[in-house]
Amino acid sequence: MNVPLLDVENLSVTFGGQTAAVRNISFSVNREETHCLVGESGCGKSATALAIMNLLASNGRRSARRLTLDGQDLLGMNERAIARIRGDRMAMIFQEPMTSLNPAYTIGSQMIEVLRRHKGASRRAAVDRAIELMGRVGITAPEMRIAQFPHQLSGGLRQRVMIAMALMCEPQLLIADEPTTALDVTVQAQILRLLAKLKKDFGLAILLITHDLGIVARVADRVSVMYAGELVESAPTQELFDSPQHPYTRGLLSCVPVPQKLRRGEPLGNIPGTVPQIAPGYAGCAFRSRCTFANESCAADIPRRLATPRHDFLCTRLPEVMMGASVA
Amino acid sequence: MSANPAIEIRHARREFRVKSGLFDTARRVVAVDDVSSSIPAGSVFGIVGESGCGKSTLARLILGLLAPTSGETLVDGKRILDLDRRDRARLIQPVFQDPFASLNPRQRIADIVALPLTAQGTLTKPEIDRRTAEILERVGISLVLAGRHPAELSGGQRQRVAIARALILRPRVVVCDEPTSALDVSVQAQIVNLLAELRRDFGLTYIVISHNLAVVEHIADVVAVMYLGRFVEIGETDQLFRNPRHPYTQALLESVLTPEPGLGVPDVGLGDIMPDPANIPPGCRFHPRCRIAVDRCRVEAPIPKFPSERSMVECHLAS
Repeated sequence: MNVPLLDVENLSVTFGGQTAAVRNISFSVNREETHCLVGESGCGKSATALAIMNLLASNGRRSARRLTLDGQDLLGMNERAIARIRGDRMAMIFQEPMTSLNPAYTIGSQMIEVLRRHKGASRRAAVDRAIELMGRVGITAPEMRIAQFPHQLSGGLRQRVMIAMALMCEPQLLIADEPTTALDVTVQAQILRLLAKLKKDFGLAILLITHDLGIVARVADRVSVMYAGELVESAPTQELFDSPQHPYTRGLLSCVPVPQKLRRGEPLGNIPGTVPQIAPGYAGCAFRSRCTFANESCAADIPRRLATPRHDFLCTRLPEVMMGASVA
Repeated sequence: MSANPAIEIRHARREFRVKSGLFDTARRVVAVDDVSSSIPAGSVFGIVGESGCGKSTLARLILGLLAPTSGETLVDGKRILDLDRRDRARLIQPVFQDPFASLNPRQRIADIVALPLTAQGTLTKPEIDRRTAEILERVGISLVLAGRHPAELSGGQRQRVAIARALILRPRVVVCDEPTSALDVSVQAQIVNLLAELRRDFGLTYIVISHNLAVVEHIADVVAVMYLGRFVEIGETDQLFRNPRHPYTQALLESVLTPEPGLGVPDVGLGDIMPDPANIPPGCRFHPRCRIAVDRCRVEAPIPKFPSERSMVECHLAS
């Protein structure tokens, strides 16, 4: 096996010492791989992304045993060194492009700034690169668009601009945090197709953060499910959908109506209760208050277990309970 | 069907005048363009379409929150704009997308829910309290929360509160505009299930507007597909999802990403031209994005065809 491009080991994030947003998670992303982090609001998926980029809010603290990009340690780096890598070798796009673009500058001037700052490129070279990339992400008439302001573009076009901007310096890693959530389904499909194409064309590693299991199923090579700051299950995509292990993963999959599988009018599956608040030092399985299989063993530390060599999960009760249930 | 539909929309049209700059001449935007339909009592009518297609404007016309430029909308056989606010509130109620924005942050949950009843001015305080407690319990909000403020509730709980407020007057029709779009998947399922239960128990008629086709498919009896201000296709849900007739409906359905791994992301072939309601194309309004458009589509607007009693399609090429 080759060395993963992004390697995260035992990453934790706390805010103000009160909230444990991310708890001891480990995962990696390979070149030309899309790794999806999936979970509901507050599960820590965005905090994970921001911790990798070292963009946490000022009251946020990260700690990890290992955080490397292409073998290079990101933990010990000072802010100047990180700033050189950020936007250059790893780039990030966000949910709402309107809030990430500066409304007072043309999109062209925002795009070329990236290249001029990181690579010291000439203005002419930067403009050429911007126009080329806008074409590659499917923006028609880039020479005209480059002089426009963000508000003159549709939501789909703005997100394409964000993607083109992220690619200006040919990053190795692209982190996309809910990149299509604000878009219509038709535009969403176009943007996701674009990301899949760019992954191949540029050999990108993509860390895609989403709450949408439909997106996960269609674009991910590997999926990690987050719940209350932990990675409760991680597997290759097909395997996760075919044989989910963790009760939370099972619950989440049952909540989504799959056409032709569920009769209309039948209630959807759901997960009763709400996500608990997790303070540092929390012990046991965070899902146990909502889990139908929970017993007293779930209050103790949960060991990570393997379902197959590439599929692991955090639950002591399964699969024994499920095997019992299927017999009954 | 019944002689007296719950909702009737007759040639409803709504224009807005939009100025994009100080010295700009106002442009005319036709948000809803000659829409007609009739919704039987007790059914669920879904409206789907992309943002900007006019579905929320149509919802506001039906609710009587906005006057049509021409045409009319009727609830229970009465023109909605002829009714006074109290009567209107007893007939039709909204549930909006964002329960963070639709609930007054300074009021207690119990007061928010009781407001429609209080505003009617016909009941005593103890009776209002009794009915408020009853409806809160029915939507699954524990009475412990009744004295709290919206900020103390989760998104799902807030949407339950919005539903309780909509139902406390026992209206005939509830208009749900993106009722689950701001919610997490697990909570979304809870709300969809709750809406389905309440409809059965209270004999409600729903209009459900959503860009989430899976949710609409799951709860609607009849679905209308809206494009640039018009219904381009209407059909019974199973029929429409299994056998879409309009090329736009087909593209919309293809672009839904169901959780089925290995299928990849489809190329729906809609191109990069986004629909602009201020600049509606001549002929068929969908032709610039249509995969199968022919010359006729560019010059001649299609007239509605009715392939069966409860279906309609506006396309020259649909059979």
